Amino acid sequence: MVSLIVTLVVVVLIVLFLIAMYNSLVQLRNQVKNAWAQIDVQLKRRHDLIPNLVETAKGYMQHERGTLEAITEARSRAMGAGSVADASKTEGALTEALSKFMLVVENYPDLKANQNFLQVQEELTSTENKISFSRQNYNDQVLFFNNKIQMFPSNVVAGMFNFKQGEFFEIEAPAEREVPKVNFS
Amino acid sequence: MWELIRANKRHSIVLILLMAVVLLGLGYLIGSVFTANMKNGCAMYGGLWGIAIAGTIWFFLTVLSFSSGDQILLAASKAKRVNHDVHPQLFNVVQEMALASGLPMPKVYIIADPAPNAFATGRSPKTASVAITAGLLSKLNRDELQGVIAHEMSHILHRDILFVTVAGIMLGSIVLMSQVFLRGMFYSSLGSRRRYSGSSKGGGQAQILIMIIAIVAAILAPIFAQLLYFALSRKREYLADAGAARLTRYPAGLAAALEKISNDHSAQLACANKVTAPMYIANPLKKNKKAAKLSDLTSTHPPISERIKILRTMAGGASMKDYSKSFSQVTKNDSPLPAAAITDEIIGIRKPFDQPGKSSKQQKQMHQLGDLMRIVNGFVFLTCSCGLKLKVPPNYKGKTVTCPKCKKQLSLKKSI
Repeated sequence: MVSLIVTLVVVVLIVLFLIAMYNSLVQLRNQVKNAWAQIDVQLKRRHDLIPNLVETAKGYMQHERGTLEAITEARSRAMGAGSVADASKTEGALTEALSKFMLVVENYPDLKANQNFLQVQEELTSTENKISFSRQNYNDQVLFFNNKIQMFPSNVVAGMFNFKQGEFFEIEAPAEREVPKVNFS
Repeated sequence: MWELIRANKRHSIVLILLMAVVLLGLGYLIGSVFTANMKNGCAMYGGLWGIAIAGTIWFFLTVLSFSSGDQILLAASKAKRVNHDVHPQLFNVVQEMALASGLPMPKVYIIADPAPNAFATGRSPKTASVAITAGLLSKLNRDELQGVIAHEMSHILHRDILFVTVAGIMLGSIVLMSQVFLRGMFYSSLGSRRRYSGSSKGGGQAQILIMIIAIVAAILAPIFAQLLYFALSRKREYLADAGAARLTRYPAGLAAALEKISNDHSAQLACANKVTAPMYIANPLKKNKKAAKLSDLTSTHPPISERIKILRTMAGGASMKDYSKSFSQVTKNDSPLPAAAITDEIIGIRKPFDQPGKSSKQQKQMHQLGDLMRIVNGFVFLTCSCGLKLKVPPNYKGKTVTCPKCKKQLSLKKSI
């Protein structure tokens, strides 16, 4: 009788432990998914900002039609990107077009002093940062999740319920981590 | 990160329990003193009464601090909640750091004070708030502001904010009780000497002994509680610095901000005291030269010059491991970071967004400081489509303003 109770208690404890572990794995996996969604939100935000930027700059930059058109074009291509590989290529092109534009802005002191332009510029700088910080957070979350999946005892539960490791956004090497940045200063 | 948060929570609970023991012990002794004049047997019941009273005080203060501690602290520091339009850069930087740490966006407050400082408060990451003084905000460039906000975000991430609130309240109740008791003893002893001088009986010596113990305890308990509290809060400052370096991938940003704070000569922050001091990024209570030499035990923050040096020495990477390596190199001591914080992740340092060292001109800074103070004090800022910025005072009654440059009518409806 006593041994039966002891076995029962032990079994219940083990089941509770497994449930807790499973839940924490699910939570971590959701955090990874959420972090990935954040990157998309920020990329979309950048697309939304560009018409504003072009609109504000248009009046001041009559002679730079080419630069402005290049941005608009890069934006529409980035928005229409289908695959992940395609998206990362077109987003890169958009970043490049923007940094070219910002170099040209240096020649227009009136534009640089315009409050509305300064506002759009701040939003754009911040969005670029937000893109790189949400990528950074995504990688952090993937690291926690993968660690949990690989380490004992959570690896047992992860194996039982077929949790798959998350993929890093980019290689975790300092030199290759550098996201191309727009420098506005 | 989860291991670190768990370890932090454990340390906080241990400290809060220790402080509770101090508080209840003090209550017991004080209770014993007040009933020591009665029959000897009653002294013990008096002690229990003391515990009950101390526990009740603490319970109510804790309930208060849980339900609205952050609101009280923010109101006491005269912080005003702001939205994106008031200071887009601040709001954006907070958003950036919330994204980097994977936390929900905290509420953003500005304190209308020229002294440079910042703090974070709240019960949980979901209800957290970040507050920064107008003085600090106008001094920093983007990278430095990011460093400061990342430091505050790390406090939220590491669950330090709840700990500071609860421990601060606990310390406050201990100080309160011992103050009331000591003053009560002082005044009553003036009168009671005459009253009881003739009626000294057998229990007199025991009474005096209890009284002496209680007085000594009442003097020492707040000091002891403070030392406990400050010891942990100093460690948390280092940890938050390490967290800021890790979140921004740029330790030099926070270092430059701390340099600006330490080189500042404006008056001390108006709404800060010894209990709220540990939650600020740098000690808001300016010391005079003599006090600065006091031992490290009584300071709420590590020396700012040391924090700067550690951040500046981080060359290899921005991980917590790099920070603790740099800490040992600078101070020749063991790292204050808990073992759970140090993982094997490899994190590189990024390039600055702004040119380091490029700081805006003094005049521009003062201009910005003035603007911030105006916003917090209820001014409405409008930007006309011609690019001109209008500052409308809070006592302006009309519904529209005419732009002096392009004569366009601007509506005041879109106020903050």
